[in-house]
Amino acid sequence: MKLQEYTVSKHNFEECMKCTVCTAYCPVLQVNPLYPGPKQAGPDGERLRLKDPYFFNYALKYCLNCKRCEVACPSGVNVADLIQAARIKYDHSKPKLRDTILASTDFMGTVARPVAPIVNGVTKLGITKSAMDALLRIDRQRTFPSYSPRSFESWLKRRDKEQAVFQEQVAYFHGCYVNYNYPQLGKDLVKVLNALGVGVQLLEKEKCCGIAMITNGMSEQASKNARHNMAALRKAVVDKGLRVVTTSSSCTLTMREEYPNLLGVDNADVKDSLLMATRFIFEKLEKGATLKFKAGFHKKIAYHVPCHMEKMGWGVFSEKLLRMIPGVEFTLLDSACCGIAGTYGFKKENYAASQAIGAALFDQIKTVNPDVVACDCETCKWQIEMSTGYTVMNPISILAEAIEIE
Amino acid sequence: MNPNEFDVIIIGGGITGAGTQRDCAMRGLRTLLVERSDIATGATGRNHGLLHSGARYAVNDAESARECIKENMILRRIAAHCIDETDGLFITLPEDDLGYQQTFVEACQAAGINAEIIDPELAKRLEPSVNPELIGAVKVPDGSVDPFRLCAANMLDAKLHGGQVRLYTEVTGIIREGDTVKGIHTRSRQTGEEADYYAPVIVNACGVWGQSIAEMAGVKVSMYPAKGALLIFAHRVNNVVINRCRKPSNADILVPGDTVCIIGTTSTRIPIEECYNVAVTPDEVTLLITEGAKLAPSLSSTRILRAYAGVRPLVSADNDPTGRNISRGIVCLDHEERDGLKGFVTITGGKLMTYRLMAEMATDVVCRKLGVDKPCETATTPLPGSEERSYEAVAQKIWEAPSTAQKAAASRMGTSASRIRGNNPYDDALICECEEVSVGEINSAIDRLEVSTLTDLRRRTRIGMGTCQGEFCACRAASLLAKAHGCVEKEREDLAHFLNERWKGNFPIGWGDTLREAEYTQWVYKHVLGL
Repeated sequence: MKLQEYTVSKHNFEECMKCTVCTAYCPVLQVNPLYPGPKQAGPDGERLRLKDPYFFNYALKYCLNCKRCEVACPSGVNVADLIQAARIKYDHSKPKLRDTILASTDFMGTVARPVAPIVNGVTKLGITKSAMDALLRIDRQRTFPSYSPRSFESWLKRRDKEQAVFQEQVAYFHGCYVNYNYPQLGKDLVKVLNALGVGVQLLEKEKCCGIAMITNGMSEQASKNARHNMAALRKAVVDKGLRVVTTSSSCTLTMREEYPNLLGVDNADVKDSLLMATRFIFEKLEKGATLKFKAGFHKKIAYHVPCHMEKMGWGVFSEKLLRMIPGVEFTLLDSACCGIAGTYGFKKENYAASQAIGAALFDQIKTVNPDVVACDCETCKWQIEMSTGYTVMNPISILAEAIEIE
Repeated sequence: MNPNEFDVIIIGGGITGAGTQRDCAMRGLRTLLVERSDIATGATGRNHGLLHSGARYAVNDAESARECIKENMILRRIAAHCIDETDGLFITLPEDDLGYQQTFVEACQAAGINAEIIDPELAKRLEPSVNPELIGAVKVPDGSVDPFRLCAANMLDAKLHGGQVRLYTEVTGIIREGDTVKGIHTRSRQTGEEADYYAPVIVNACGVWGQSIAEMAGVKVSMYPAKGALLIFAHRVNNVVINRCRKPSNADILVPGDTVCIIGTTSTRIPIEECYNVAVTPDEVTLLITEGAKLAPSLSSTRILRAYAGVRPLVSADNDPTGRNISRGIVCLDHEERDGLKGFVTITGGKLMTYRLMAEMATDVVCRKLGVDKPCETATTPLPGSEERSYEAVAQKIWEAPSTAQKAAASRMGTSASRIRGNNPYDDALICECEEVSVGEINSAIDRLEVSTLTDLRRRTRIGMGTCQGEFCACRAASLLAKAHGCVEKEREDLAHFLNERWKGNFPIGWGDTLREAEYTQWVYKHVLGL
């Protein structure tokens, strides 16, 4: 027998060398002493939990799931996965009403959209914010994203014939934000892709990727959505041979990595075909496709790489695209978490930590003083806009603004 | 009264000696225990930590089996904080004879062990890591026991009953007057100081080293040292003890203990001179992994933390110098009856499991010699820390919302955890991150449990026993020890010694993640800390 065969442990957490780099990179630990930190909460805690679930620590709920620990880990340990998996396995407390509301982006969007002007007006009222703060513990300082009266889905459906004329096709997983809150981003993507000669179609029927459900203790609902989305993705990828593009880094990470790692939903046959639109476009341009840019376009852009984009290692594609635009003055912001982490920062108990985590980033943005901040994540956008007053745009929207359509 | 005079001197700080001292002290005797090293350094701390149900011995040694199940039930009551009531499985694999199962169960039942044949499917549900190929399973009341904790609790209780303890004190001679022993010559291995202690009765509880103590007294006890090697895995693969349902053989017990699990053992006769320094060979490692994977296949891909070996204190029966007639049972020798040497008693053989019974037997002899007529109460009086049965109850009682470290402390110290200073950032800071040991817990051990070195501290708190093997906790704990002992230079040596001792256990299994971790540790201590 070769003893060396016994080198690699199947138990990923055993590969932890206790080097503690993850702890140094954890944004939460620096502002919240109640959080045990990724090493304690992840690989160290796992051994104790395996002895007895009694050792599960409820302070694990302070984890942002930003995955910065995983990016930092030199041993390839899925630290954040360990933490989220432990929460799914051992935390059986029912999600609060507030958490359910925050996590049900699909449901809230469906309900709010038809009466969008009313909802938008009401959520901006001081009295509503006070009520939500007092009753639901959603921090009053937060601004809720406004709802769009018309969904992106219905907009694109009415254009399916004009999209079908393009020989090359992609499917688009738009996500809740584009569908209910900001269809303009979807429209911008269609504009750019059409300019590259690519037609855009919807998936048969997509649901919320489930990321907010995972972090709010609704893993069963998240698994349901995951299975649904995998079926829809499979139809596009396996049956129709399409690639699927996205404009939200967190939805993408969830479907590519959280589905198999946390929810046990296999995605091996689809994963490679699911990618951020910026990567898809960059690769097309690399292969010789061209975009015509407006003359005299000028913008000073500071690009913030969202944590989940860093985890995928794809920030570079958005960066390269933005740098490619003539007239762009580009600054890459320092790698940092903005602190919002989806629904995390909306919770009253996390508000202070959330703002403290983002403080360095906000300061840097103010120093750079750009015309616009670029970012691939909608919740980072809300956080940065609220905290700095600067406008934040998805790189796709900036691209759409910069190109010339004949 | 001369402070060096006692009613009884116990030589040996293993579980037998500590248990005997506790029993003697509880019966009102003035006791002294001397140990050449630390507590639990011999066979006590170098075994599986299996709380035998007795099932393993049922077929071949009914007497041992009966002793085991009786002590098993007693220890659950008196040593709750040292015990994990996991239950055990005896599995039959396709290569084993399923017919043996019936013989086995009948023998268990005859010995009073509640052995129950269960459906292999049920066994897989009880213990998901078990080899899925199993064709038969029997459930028995096995468990696991932490020998260090058990030994420390016995020593502590003896001290609470007025007993004195001298660790790192070597016996250099037995003082004899004619056919009567009077006392012992000792030398401190830390200071070199020599001292004589006197008592009308001396108990030799030195396990395999009892042979040389007996020689000093001028009597012959022939030990038959049998080495057993074991491997520690980095986390609990199983939560139920897994045994093979066949004639006892090599590497056929997998015991979950605290945060790890342990596979063992082998059995090799070794010369008595080698007992101080036993090493694990590559062949033994291979055997343990190969056989272990038959109990739980995932072992073959689980990180191994350490390899270690112990020496069973088996005794050659009287008048059998060849050593062929070996007993695994308890041997209690009154040398006055056997050899005409008054005041000398040897208690040896037996098992960790039966230490309390051995202590009771030895103490009965001591009391008879001293004319003391007091009943043994160790079977009913809980050890300090074991007043409460579950650590959840302990933690909940002491802390409103216990942290993970506090929960872990309760699981290690039982009710004694209430003595830990805490609820301030200094005392709550973690020394050992793998096992969650706080400054407060370390200081509580230093205060109460006779700690000289980091290795002693490890036996009492589990620092350095986790995945990092001392990488982080060692230097932190060393600073606390330096403060407690008021000497930095000595502590620096101790730290180096501790790390070398950790490496000794890593070396035989030094590959993969364990090797990476050891290299990282070396880098931290050598290049960053300049040790």
